[in-house]
Amino acid sequence: MNIKKFVIENIPLIGLLLLMFLVSLINENFLTVDNLLNIFRQTSINAIIAMGMTFVILTAGIDLSSGSILAFAGAVCATLIAADVPLILALPSTLVLGAALGAASGSIVAYFGVQAFIATLVAMTMVRGGVLVFTGGRPISTGNFDVANIFYEVGGGYIGGVPIPVIITGVVFIICWYVLNHTRLGRYTYAIGGNEQATKLAGINVARVKVTVYAISGALAALAGIILTARLESAQPTAGLGYELDAIAAVVLGGTSLTGGRGRINGTLIGALIIGVLNNALNILDVSSYFQMIAKGSVILLAVVLDGRSKAST
Amino acid sequence: MSVLLELERVEKAFGAVSVLNGVDMTVLAGRAVALAGENGAGKSTLMKIITGTHSRDAGVIRFRGKETNFNTARQSMDAGIAMIHQELNLLPALTVGENIFLGREPVDRARRVKWSEIYDQAEYWLKKLKQDIDPRAETGTLSIAQQQMVEIAKALSMNAELIIMDEPTDSLTDVETKILFEVVKKLRDSGKGLIFISHRLRDIFDMCDDVVVLRDGSMVHQSPVADISEDELIRHMVGRELSDRYPYVPSSSSKTRLRVTNLVAPGVRDVSFEACAGEVVGFAGLVGAGRTELGKAIYGANPARSGRIEIDGDEVCVRSPNDGLKYGIGYVTEDRKLEGLIQAHSINHNMSMAGLQRFTSKLGKINKNNERKAVTQYIDAFSIKAQGIDTSVAQLSGGNQQKVSIGKSLIPEPKILILDEPTRGVDVGAKREIYALINELKAQGLCILLMSSDMPELLGVSDRILVMSNGFLTGEFAHGEANQEVIMHCTLVGLTEGKQE
Repeated sequence: MNIKKFVIENIPLIGLLLLMFLVSLINENFLTVDNLLNIFRQTSINAIIAMGMTFVILTAGIDLSSGSILAFAGAVCATLIAADVPLILALPSTLVLGAALGAASGSIVAYFGVQAFIATLVAMTMVRGGVLVFTGGRPISTGNFDVANIFYEVGGGYIGGVPIPVIITGVVFIICWYVLNHTRLGRYTYAIGGNEQATKLAGINVARVKVTVYAISGALAALAGIILTARLESAQPTAGLGYELDAIAAVVLGGTSLTGGRGRINGTLIGALIIGVLNNALNILDVSSYFQMIAKGSVILLAVVLDGRSKAST
Repeated sequence: MSVLLELERVEKAFGAVSVLNGVDMTVLAGRAVALAGENGAGKSTLMKIITGTHSRDAGVIRFRGKETNFNTARQSMDAGIAMIHQELNLLPALTVGENIFLGREPVDRARRVKWSEIYDQAEYWLKKLKQDIDPRAETGTLSIAQQQMVEIAKALSMNAELIIMDEPTDSLTDVETKILFEVVKKLRDSGKGLIFISHRLRDIFDMCDDVVVLRDGSMVHQSPVADISEDELIRHMVGRELSDRYPYVPSSSSKTRLRVTNLVAPGVRDVSFEACAGEVVGFAGLVGAGRTELGKAIYGANPARSGRIEIDGDEVCVRSPNDGLKYGIGYVTEDRKLEGLIQAHSINHNMSMAGLQRFTSKLGKINKNNERKAVTQYIDAFSIKAQGIDTSVAQLSGGNQQKVSIGKSLIPEPKILILDEPTRGVDVGAKREIYALINELKAQGLCILLMSSDMPELLGVSDRILVMSNGFLTGEFAHGEANQEVIMHCTLVGLTEGKQE
């Protein structure tokens, strides 16, 4: 009975371990420290966006603007670095910009009652337009000042042998986990997704919570933009296209319900890793990138169907 | 009279928990049977077995002489059993006719829906019930009572011989209940059998011919209604003597806590009144008289357009429930499912939600130990029956859910408590506990506004009764001064006044 319960509650984790086991049987290079760290680093950008997305989805919302915010934040950050603005100023202001963009679409959802899908679709389109206007459609180089060299470390550096993006992901994870499980904001996030009307009538300022949640999503998308820009050493106007969909996939793979109110942040991290492992495995197995997309879609479908089944059976 | 439905030694267990242990029951054609019993007595399970939603473990069910073995609700429907749930199963955005024929629309050879036939047929069945409802009306625009009639018409259109109604009068006004009585009588006269599940004793005695009492999964009583008294019936239901159904303790305080002056809000036209600390002020009136709206206006969920609200002498501006909470107002909604509780979340999280601030440190961390301690105190004090503090609310009975809902509004330690229909869908025993709780809160100096459609309850519990009609206050009575007739009179006065405007 308890084993059954454990299995049902941890299907994403079991799926991830099973996937890793299978891949390691086929290819001996998979389960090496170098390759695993590589997977973690490749996963970090999706994982960071997906953790912000988790907040939004827990309130029964959705955020389609993450990819655009990532690109905008990247472009602004690159411009700041190219202008020799110290990191201590450049990075926080980029994060604030992301949070402000998220808060803007959150306000449209919270105060004008526009559906999250539409509000963030509008934000996605407008922000992407803003990126193209801002960059003139061309990549922005991070320039030649000393600050750029330090900035690159954010994307490509190591501390104690661990890639910095992985460390950032870990820190973000701990903060998100703490907020969701130990603060009022977290409790209200779940409550709104569980029953918005009841939450409102309990005297909770639902609008403020919603704006905060979209702001978190925006800030984390901006953080992902910083890492990507640092890694590529330049900002691309088309960066992050479709990233919001990968993030949503990670959240859903992690067992969070799209109808809100139910889910866990560790699930999201595992969901992002499942996608990362799959990409990596298909690469080292030399599967063509065309087939990779089909395989990825199939795995997501399988996972979601299995998860739905097991939950319906309880 | 022919036997319509016959149950013999029906048993059912979920896992190791036995829910029904050998229930016998008979429903005759042309008679209405009341199924009484406390929440958790097994009434719902029994009905689910009759309609095929659950399977039985043992026993025999015969419908119109044939042994049945329904596996789905659809099969029982086709055989002639219709169930009308407490939460009506109509789609609000569809028309009345579309709802009646949902899933069995008549079509022509090209598989186009024959709309005129749908609406003609719908009209025919509604007329049979003497209901003046437009079959082309959007269902969501009808009153609950009218929607119920639509459900009955739907059942009749499917040639149902046995109609089961779960708490049909719960959200009806007295006038609407009377109309339902008439319809039920008509159905009975035409030879249909009816099963009524009701917590209201008055319904049982006014509407039903026979009564079956379930307690802890066993049938403890079956007789014609005429052969049993109210007190006997209650004794059968709870298995113990309930000496005083409305324990009343006079109010001792006279300090004015709440003063409302010329309040105007959606549904509230001009209301002024005062309420003291330690006083229970009851609000009587028909559904739609503006009582719920008044409560929500004071709490901020239905913000006032004009007028003054003073608490302890200070004017307050309540624009949202968030403000209401800050000013020390607690609110228990009439609709705990939709507006009150998060069904999928735990008792713990539901109950502490409004008062989380109390358990939060300066750094924003929730002290979960303190939270659980406070919630556990309420679970014990209200004797909420649940597996544990982390059990989801959806698994609780109606009465226990209501207690969670009340506990949730008390954890922020309010000075004023607004209770809207606090005993709706709650069994006799739990009702008694809620009344005792109201008295206790009153003794602690809470100012309580009680909105209720259950007249005996209102008369029994309130220190003062204000009557609302059409958005106005039309009468005020002290405890003991009022009775059902004078209150009904005030209600109607307001209606005619409203028309003259």
